[in-house]
Amino acid sequence: MVKTTSKDAQDLFRALRSAYAATPTNLKIIDLYIVFAIMTAVIQVVYVGIVGSFPFNSFLSGVLSCVGTAVLAVCLRIQVNKENKEFKDLPPERAFADFVLCNVVLHLVIMNFIG
Amino acid sequence: MARNLGFLFLILSLTVCQAAIFEPVSDKHRSAALHLFRPVDGTFGSFEESYEALRTFEILGVKEFDISKSTCPLVLKTLEAFPPSSKDLFDALRVNHILRCEVEADIFEKIASKLQTSIKEASSLLDFYYGVQSLGLIKEQSPETNVQLSDASTSFHSIKSLSQSDGRWLFSFGSAESSTYAAGLALETLAGVISLASSELDQSMIGTVKSDIVKLFDSIERYDDGSLYFDDKLLDTHGHHGPLSTTSAVVRGVTSFSAVISGKLNLPGDKILGLARFFLGIGVPGNAKDLFTQIDSVACLEDNKVSIPLILSLPATVLSLTKKDQLKVKVNTVLGSSAPPLTVKLVQAFSSDNKIPVLENQELNADPESSDHSLDILSSNIDVGKYIFSFRVVLHDSENKKNYATGGQTQVPIFITGFINVDSSEIAILDSDLGSIETKQKLDLSGKTSLSLSANHLQKLSLHFELTTPHGNSFHPHQVFLKLSHESKVEHVFVVGKSGKHFKIILDFLGLVEKFYYLSGKYDLQLTVGDAAMENSFLIVLGHVELDLPQAPEKAPRPPPQLVDPSSIYRPKPEITHIFRATEKRPPQELSLAFSCLTVLPFFAFLIGLLRLGVNLKNFPSSALPATFALLFHCGIAAVLSLYLLFWLKLDLFTTLKALGFLGIFLLFVGHRTLSHLASTSTKLKSA
Repeated sequence: MVKTTSKDAQDLFRALRSAYAATPTNLKIIDLYIVFAIMTAVIQVVYVGIVGSFPFNSFLSGVLSCVGTAVLAVCLRIQVNKENKEFKDLPPERAFADFVLCNVVLHLVIMNFIG
Repeated sequence: MARNLGFLFLILSLTVCQAAIFEPVSDKHRSAALHLFRPVDGTFGSFEESYEALRTFEILGVKEFDISKSTCPLVLKTLEAFPPSSKDLFDALRVNHILRCEVEADIFEKIASKLQTSIKEASSLLDFYYGVQSLGLIKEQSPETNVQLSDASTSFHSIKSLSQSDGRWLFSFGSAESSTYAAGLALETLAGVISLASSELDQSMIGTVKSDIVKLFDSIERYDDGSLYFDDKLLDTHGHHGPLSTTSAVVRGVTSFSAVISGKLNLPGDKILGLARFFLGIGVPGNAKDLFTQIDSVACLEDNKVSIPLILSLPATVLSLTKKDQLKVKVNTVLGSSAPPLTVKLVQAFSSDNKIPVLENQELNADPESSDHSLDILSSNIDVGKYIFSFRVVLHDSENKKNYATGGQTQVPIFITGFINVDSSEIAILDSDLGSIETKQKLDLSGKTSLSLSANHLQKLSLHFELTTPHGNSFHPHQVFLKLSHESKVEHVFVVGKSGKHFKIILDFLGLVEKFYYLSGKYDLQLTVGDAAMENSFLIVLGHVELDLPQAPEKAPRPPPQLVDPSSIYRPKPEITHIFRATEKRPPQELSLAFSCLTVLPFFAFLIGLLRLGVNLKNFPSSALPATFALLFHCGIAAVLSLYLLFWLKLDLFTTLKALGFLGIFLLFVGHRTLSHLASTSTKLKSA
């Protein structure tokens, strides 16, 4: 029973990997970027968990910078993905311009808040 | 007539403010000098300080300290070395002038010849001053030395050319503003030049200096008490001189100039007297420099050739009728020595309250043994109060009248005190409506009383007494108060009014219930009668009155909270301790640094991931123009990010936003060009 479960899980993962291998490279880059941002945020949260939240605004701006840019990257991914028929008319360049603009505004606020 | 009276009042009110007493130099100055000038290790410090101390002691006749043993070797050393600074030489000679150290004649000869050449080359006033004064000192210390100025007339002209049209002098030709202090130095220097001149100087030159002095005295300033002084209103390069040193310089200059010229200076004696009053008016100065300046100037005035001021002073200005005090007046010179034969006349004495003259034209009796002049005021029917006496000093010898300045009338404020009788004092409780007397008691205000009265709010309390002076006149003291204080320490003070000869107060309790806050109970009565001229001013507790007041209505004012201890207001407040936020606990530095490195790790992972995905830059535009735009676009983003870094480190929000505005427009333009180029290539690819 246990064996079958682990085999099922392995099969599931293999299926997932093969399905993901078909994803276009530009989407993979965005995924990697999202993972990078989330990981950075997690490291900061761990740090705060160990030593306490003394420069609280710095912590918040650090984590929100990561999470915010990750969310924006998710939005970019949705718009760039060709399988989303909703955004069919929207060129990926336009989506990237939005991403850059939003990041600029986000980081202005972050820098103001970092103290 | 009324106009004349008004004019008289005007004159009186003008002269009242001049009433002030000046005392000649006395033992107070001597003890102050002994206190202020104290030798340390046998010297007084620098030569200048030594001279000031020695000169002050010389004038005051104090012979406490002998510093010649320790100072003479220093003086000799300085004179032999001939100091480069003319001021040091001058100070050393001044000290030697008093100490009379043994200096060989050829040293003086050498110094004198050097000084004579330096005077010929001198250009500024101070050069002339130190040179001429030093020569004058050598002349007095060693009469056989040749100190004569061969071209005195040229030096005189050079110094005179520094004078200004208003009688002031310039320190040098370059200096912008003239100074009164410099005028004093210049006059002293000119006096020195005249006395050192080998031949007689031109009288017309001396005449112009005389008129300069008269012009200088036009700028004299005046205090309300009649003292006159000079003041420099500017800050020049030689440091500011206050009124004391400026006036002192002028006095020294004028007196030494008048001493060397033939004939008299045309200066009114009153001005010299005013200057003397200025120096005496400062009392006993608290620092050594001021004391020296005062004593030295006063000594210059003591035997000057213009006119010698005589100072009228009173040993006591409070005279008691009970003790049968006599009015005593002293007339001395400024240094306290006796004056020539004279008579002091009391021109007028008037009360300072109502300006009515009480005494006129009395001659004071001179005491031949002392310089006192006295008047028996008991016989002259003068009553208790504050008066202004005006005296006139009349010199017997008509020749003296030219040489001495007495200053016309001198006004002096005088208090006459006496024992005031308190008569027919009584206290009563009256019925309000009928005015009939409920209880009436005689009071003995001179002794102890302990009244015990009772009243209700429909009654009145009346207090009545009379005050008479020793001459039987009614007396109106400065303060007459009745104080009622309740058990709860609520106090009420009433001013006792005067009607005719009587002092009377009626307290109608009906009208006062609100003021008394409806507080029934025992009130202590306290009577205060006081005046500066009253020898038996008193504050006595009369007793108490038991008041029965109605119940307080609801809206009645509450009595103010009484302080338990009045001194508690002035006690030091409790110390304020500031509480600061405790500094947050910081993690160890290694941990923070380790996490900083850790946050960079995902970025490397990201880069490695990119490499593994096989990312390339093939889509980067290859032709020149779009490539430039793409490069500029990336540079723009980098610029925005570095601007953010600067914003975090040092810039403020407004500068950042301004820069961001320009960068944003640039980025928009470049980004649009780049991305539209990319879009067009991708559509071309698709269509192909």
